[in-house]
Amino acid sequence: MVDSREKVTGAGVYADDIRLPGMLVGKTLHSPHAHARIRSIDASRARALPGVYAVATGADTPVKYGILPIGHDETIFAVDRVRYIGDNVAGVAAESEALAEEALKLIRVDYEVLPAYFDPEKAMLAESNLIHDERPHNIEKEYHHHFGDVERGFAEGDLIREDRFDCAEVTHAALEPHSTVARFEPDGTLMVWSSTQVPTYLQKTLAATLGMPEERVRVIKPLVGGGFGGKSEVIPLELAAAVLAERARRPVKITYTREEVFYAHRGRPRTIVDLKTGVRRDGCLTAVEARIVQDGGAYCGYGPVTLLYSGQLLNAMYDIPNVKFDGFRVLTNKPACGAMRGHGTVNARFAFEAQLDRIAAVLGLDPAEIRRRNFLKPPCTTINGLRVLSYGYPECLERVVEQSGWREKRGKLPYGRGIGLAGSHYVSGAANPIIRSMMPHTTVRLRLNTSGEVTIFTGAAEIGQGSDTMQVQIVAAELGIAMDRISLVAADTARTPVDLGSYSSRVTFMAGNAALAAAREAKTRLLDASARALGSTPHELRMEDGKVIRVHDSLGLMEFSEAVRLAAGREEYFELSGSYSPPAEAQGGKYKGAGVGPSPAYSYSAQAVEVAVDTETGEVRVDRIVAAHDCGKALNPLAVEGQVEGSVWMGLGQALQEEMLWEKGRLMNPGLLEYRSASTLESPPIEPILVESNDPEGPFGAKEAGEGSLAAVIPAVANAIYDAVGVWITSLPITPEKILKAIQEKQKSETRNQKPPTA
Amino acid sequence: MIKRHIRLRINGQGHECDVPSNKFLLDVLREDLGLTGSKRGCDDSSCGACTVLVNGEPEMSCIMLAASHEDDEITTIEGVARDHQLDPLQIGFTVEGGAQCGYCTPGIILTAKSLLATNPNPTTEEINEALSGNLCRCTGYTQVLASIQRAIELMRQEPVRSVSK
Repeated sequence: MVDSREKVTGAGVYADDIRLPGMLVGKTLHSPHAHARIRSIDASRARALPGVYAVATGADTPVKYGILPIGHDETIFAVDRVRYIGDNVAGVAAESEALAEEALKLIRVDYEVLPAYFDPEKAMLAESNLIHDERPHNIEKEYHHHFGDVERGFAEGDLIREDRFDCAEVTHAALEPHSTVARFEPDGTLMVWSSTQVPTYLQKTLAATLGMPEERVRVIKPLVGGGFGGKSEVIPLELAAAVLAERARRPVKITYTREEVFYAHRGRPRTIVDLKTGVRRDGCLTAVEARIVQDGGAYCGYGPVTLLYSGQLLNAMYDIPNVKFDGFRVLTNKPACGAMRGHGTVNARFAFEAQLDRIAAVLGLDPAEIRRRNFLKPPCTTINGLRVLSYGYPECLERVVEQSGWREKRGKLPYGRGIGLAGSHYVSGAANPIIRSMMPHTTVRLRLNTSGEVTIFTGAAEIGQGSDTMQVQIVAAELGIAMDRISLVAADTARTPVDLGSYSSRVTFMAGNAALAAAREAKTRLLDASARALGSTPHELRMEDGKVIRVHDSLGLMEFSEAVRLAAGREEYFELSGSYSPPAEAQGGKYKGAGVGPSPAYSYSAQAVEVAVDTETGEVRVDRIVAAHDCGKALNPLAVEGQVEGSVWMGLGQALQEEMLWEKGRLMNPGLLEYRSASTLESPPIEPILVESNDPEGPFGAKEAGEGSLAAVIPAVANAIYDAVGVWITSLPITPEKILKAIQEKQKSETRNQKPPTA
Repeated sequence: MIKRHIRLRINGQGHECDVPSNKFLLDVLREDLGLTGSKRGCDDSSCGACTVLVNGEPEMSCIMLAASHEDDEITTIEGVARDHQLDPLQIGFTVEGGAQCGYCTPGIILTAKSLLATNPNPTTEEINEALSGNLCRCTGYTQVLASIQRAIELMRQEPVRSVSK
């Protein structure tokens, strides 16, 4: 990877590593109440404390913002109401952390405590004391989709199965806590270095909330220590640092404590899925109907998008003729949820794939076979309007069946041991931008210097997933030069062209395509110029090994640098750019909510998990995970495998142990140990299999790899537990307590149904 | 808080600084000495990103008072490469994908370095046991393990170098 050396030597700079002359420490005062009206705030004593340079409250920052144009419901600091324990009330900037903390203690806030809501199904019943006055019944957003005719579909089915699934809230817990440094330059430009996945959206939000022109706001993304979606919308500290820097007239850094990171959250919401599926005796699905309730927390955030993903991708990896989706994003007095790896799709996929195994069990079908019988037949468009060109799911499934020993093991392992499988899929970038516009989703600019060095200017945000390396590889491959002749200027809004950010697994597909378009254009110019000089034609030449080469005898005719010199004329370098926007055919249907879900291409995963269940304690040991992922084309197999393994591992955490434990709006486990992020000792080996379906529109055929594998592991674990001990667990995480209780209940009901054994 | 004048020996180099006696070593490294390779991922020794070697043993610098380590030899990630030559562990992480976001990497490399110093041929179980206090959220540890195993191979091929550290 192009950034490996700075990471292994400690030389790499993350936001919290930045120190500027005169820099102050910023701290936030958080609400101690889940829901309260602010009667008054007295910050005079804090302001008077020597060493305190700035104090800001909601009165100073009344402009509303939010990542979605339809969801501007947050302010930097609470204006008149706090809506969760941890909500942002005031900020201070002081000479030291200790002084800043002392100043926070001097701020007097008079609260009038209001009734609070912690359970989404109860919050939905509320008539008064709403969390946001303009949201009746505390419903942030609801969507109702109906494609085909589910009533007819259920009538055609031989078996209809209904189950309720309840998935606990989980969080990204990236190892780097959020951190932001803000400084105003003498000319009034605001400089912000931040741990963000979305520099462009951060720039826009800073400009809007501070009342500045976007051109006067410069966002630079240093190294980012993991995101997983938790840095894919603007986080309050990013705005607070800027406001405090403006008031203090000095640079301000805010770095969250780990506890603050847990409360800043924006993770995967608790999701209740009521799922009804109809199926013919032969295993063909006739209808699926889902009612999905997401516990969104106190603000909108990405909420409607999360909700739509859960409905839009529910059916779309199988051929299902009738689909109904009723989704509710509900407000509660907890931190806002948001986008987390596998955004919106994960819990719905768990429900679907776990229920599919229960259906297969009733019908006496092999779980792999029932999936085969419902494959899509691409190229096709799903009933809800998602265009599918490449579809490696069948190959993923067959490869997993082979490598895991599925046929020899399923139903044949001794009691207490089992194997399960499941599938999942994900978008390779959202086909529609968050803020609708006709501008390209991404542009990559190249500078070709007559020295033979090439510089890539890209807005794409490397967050550890390898996007910088990916772009260098693409340009190197297309221009036929070594990677070490290419340098990269990335994610600096004043220096690099627009890229929408690292979310929805869009970067390889979109920035990759833009880099490829730019490199192709550069190659055309280089070949034209060298052909002219050589008295040849461009199609008789190619670029390889740092040279211009004659095709018919592979003779090297000219150095790469000489070709650049010819193409640059009298200049020292020439520049050009390439862009990418998803094609109109990939942008989905025209109904309300149709904009979320469509992607130019979809990745597919199939996984088999082998478990051993201790029937005395209910503990699950995962012995083996075989994970096949259709990434289209692995541009960097090591990086793709790393993404697949990381996704599977994170999904395994959600399956078995991770959970945000809330008690009246207070988080009971705001630490990495208490949250139970798995260590090496709890992490089984993962065997990745890369399937290459060569998407016709992906760069060199590539699709996403960083998210799609997360979902499948969860139902695969649940299905393996059923194979091991015969119990279905429908709530996440699947803890030993739940398994033990289910085993005991099963034994009781079997005893009731049997004659007592004779001695 | 009254400041105290302390002497620290880090990566073979002596340092003198005036720090409050309750200041943690991690904060002294990062704020007073500019050694920002040691990371803060939590506030309570649960993640291992701040790991440094104290007389060769991995310790979490976020809970160590700087003033109580005046007599110790401290190694941070900045001291692992010698004369711009990467350590075999650093090479292993570079070629086997063990560093994705890189935030846990310094701590993991130092923990592994301590393990390999006393046990140059550890089993997979021994590596996992040694690393159990270093959390990573990116890799699922598979490529971390491969990176360390690659380093072990490199050290076998270059025994002279690893002995002469």
